[in-house]
Amino acid sequence: MSVKVLYFANLRETLGYSHETLTLPAGIATLGDLRAHLAHRGGVWEALGEGRNVRAAINQEMVGPDVAVADRDEIAFFPPVTGG
Amino acid sequence: MSEIQRQFDSVAVQEADFDVGDEIATLSAGRADVGAVASFVGLVRADKLSGEGSAVSAMTLEHYPGMTEKSLEAIVTEAYGRWSLLGTRVIHRFGRLVPGDRIVFVGVASSHRGDAFAACEFIMDYLKTRAPFWKKEDTPEGGRWVDAREADDSAAARWDAWD
Repeated sequence: MSVKVLYFANLRETLGYSHETLTLPAGIATLGDLRAHLAHRGGVWEALGEGRNVRAAINQEMVGPDVAVADRDEIAFFPPVTGG
Repeated sequence: MSEIQRQFDSVAVQEADFDVGDEIATLSAGRADVGAVASFVGLVRADKLSGEGSAVSAMTLEHYPGMTEKSLEAIVTEAYGRWSLLGTRVIHRFGRLVPGDRIVFVGVASSHRGDAFAACEFIMDYLKTRAPFWKKEDTPEGGRWVDAREADDSAAARWDAWD
């Protein structure tokens, strides 16, 4: 399964990436799994770790950690929004 | 043009400034059924958000192209479902802005003022917590990402009681 992952705002700056294409190892079924997988890279990636205030979207819809990820999904991680 | 199409055309995410008078006038132009137009304009304040520390000399607004437009369209669609509306216009700018610059415009047309006032405030409250925009302030000490405010979550949540 391959997904595109986008990062925004201070998360993008912290991680040093705006996007990447990832081939996911077996066992990653949900958004929460993917987030834990990324945080497990360590270092700056701990910004995605448990307890950090991070929001996420799948295919441009804001969703929670239990939502399933599918092949070719566009997944985004970002801080709480501050527009308006 | 279908009702849905009309709603979606009413959303713009752009770098350019907008003319408040033109936007308000357009909401009722050529129609006799509009009895009320309510509008809101958000501006960059020099002491924006943080309230303490250094003055803000400028800010840069980042967004998520595609999702930002979709989320604004979803908010407008929800407003149409809650109130009797005849037209809406939402414009949100991105890029670099300085104190005094306009950031956001929300305009709502309806037959009577109640629907226009309520829908205008609802759209702003939902936009603050659901539309993917992020502000980074420039200060003499460097860039500073603005933290989300709990007050904005509370403002958006009070509309849930209506369901």
